[in-house]
Amino acid sequence: MSIDTLVELLPDMIKAFKETLFMVGISLLIAIAVGIPIGILLFVSDKGLFSENRLLNTVLGFVANMIRSIPFLILLVLLLPVTDWILGTTIGPAAAAVPLSVAAIPFYARLVESSLREVNKGVIEAAVAVGAKPWLIIKDVLLPEAKSGIISGLTITAISLLGFSAMAGTVGGGGIGDLAIRFGYYRYDNGVLFTTVILLIALVQIIQLIGDWAARRVDKR
Amino acid sequence: MIQLIDLYKEYKTKKGTVVGVDHVNLTIPKGQIFGIVGYSGAGKSSVLRCINLLEKPTSGQVLVDGVDLISLSKNELRLARQNIGMIFQHFYLISSKTVSENIAFALKAAGKSSSVITERVTELLQLVGLADKADQYPAQLSGGQKQRVGIARALANDPHVLLCDEPTSALDPKTTQSILALLGQINQSLGLTIVLITHEMEVVKDLCHGVAIMQDGRIIEEGAVYDIFANPIQPLTKEFIQTTLEFKLPQKLLDKLDPAGKVVKVLFRDEAAEKAIIADMLKASGIHANILHGKIEYIGEKPLGTFIMEVTGDAAGIDKALKYLESQSCGVEVVTHVN
Repeated sequence: MSIDTLVELLPDMIKAFKETLFMVGISLLIAIAVGIPIGILLFVSDKGLFSENRLLNTVLGFVANMIRSIPFLILLVLLLPVTDWILGTTIGPAAAAVPLSVAAIPFYARLVESSLREVNKGVIEAAVAVGAKPWLIIKDVLLPEAKSGIISGLTITAISLLGFSAMAGTVGGGGIGDLAIRFGYYRYDNGVLFTTVILLIALVQIIQLIGDWAARRVDKR
Repeated sequence: MIQLIDLYKEYKTKKGTVVGVDHVNLTIPKGQIFGIVGYSGAGKSSVLRCINLLEKPTSGQVLVDGVDLISLSKNELRLARQNIGMIFQHFYLISSKTVSENIAFALKAAGKSSSVITERVTELLQLVGLADKADQYPAQLSGGQKQRVGIARALANDPHVLLCDEPTSALDPKTTQSILALLGQINQSLGLTIVLITHEMEVVKDLCHGVAIMQDGRIIEEGAVYDIFANPIQPLTKEFIQTTLEFKLPQKLLDKLDPAGKVVKVLFRDEAAEKAIIADMLKASGIHANILHGKIEYIGEKPLGTFIMEVTGDAAGIDKALKYLESQSCGVEVVTHVN
């Protein structure tokens, strides 16, 4: 491999990089929008909490576990008809974002739930004792108190999604993973393979750094 | 006024049912500071938490100002809780919010407008003496300051009742005094009914008007604080009182005592504590008395004196002297082992 081939590949690399960011970004946004509410529901509907609801808790918990127990590659294939129905195609980064989102939602919801469990039960009880509505307790006690953990969970989710996105790439999703497989593996071009790996390592480090910094910033304990 | 009627609470555990509160009946008049004392596991915390239904009793009634809390709907209970403040041993402040925001939370819960909230928060910060800490986070405060924030939050919506769950157990003695003084002052100025649970008899002595002693989920003794201190009946009550009225004599002193004499513990209650009874006794019986230990406690401004004396002289004289003390409404107890 020479510098020339790398330069030649640069446009492809940039395109792949953008595609990866796009599918991970979209599914992260959906994980935030849907995963946080589900995580909250999982937590507050649990036994002994202010919105205890055994049925809701069991059903949500079961569905979350079910999705999480399907290996991502299989989930990808299982969801092809759904993706086709939503987007009219199963190719491209937007199509890959569908199974990525489906996988990310329960994953992040569980992380949100576990960070809410870290909130001091006494603080929640004190809020109940002043006669606050459930919504106010969620908004003003649970979320601020768990903010640091919720951000750390988002970091973990983003990095996992980056890994999943490589798999999505192989079935037509595009992105860095796809590039690495097509050029690096199928064409025996180790240079491309290593370059993409280095790119991914750098990306993960950056995500982790930003995530840790943000989590620390909001922590007032 | 708070009335607990036949309150019963059981907990289901893996090992079976445990009775936490065993048919407790209690009436706490308006404006009183009432202490509930007991060792951990006695059920005092459960009783307190039943008053605002943080714990739901298995059976029985909880009446606060005549309203049966158990009969209320979820939303009605939420509103009723705004009239019942509560503070905790470990404060339970929202760590991600400033002092002002913590207090404002209670007002938000009651649906107050933001201009009312700002004004009221300033007022409450003044009341608890934390005006300069408004924008600090709980982690930056001392234990006593955190409890003051807790008190401000509890008082935010002008409650009629304040429930205190071991409010000073996590604080040092000096801070304890200042928090107790604040609670006393609030009780005076706002006419608030305060229910306080503690395992420190000192707190009861300094602050409470009435007290109940709990053991195994039951109230075993109850009454005005002075009466309980002056005439404890149950062994556990006596044990608790001993923690504040403790007398220990050095062994060296005990060795030197006259074997013919007697060591007596004399309790002077009410007006007896203010009269020269000992002098009269000595004059009438012609014996000698040597005070080994003693103190006078003032419980709600009423004196309660306890003295340990060695009395020597002829047996008839000693007998006469002790009878005289008893006739003067003093508690007399002959003690052989003072320690």
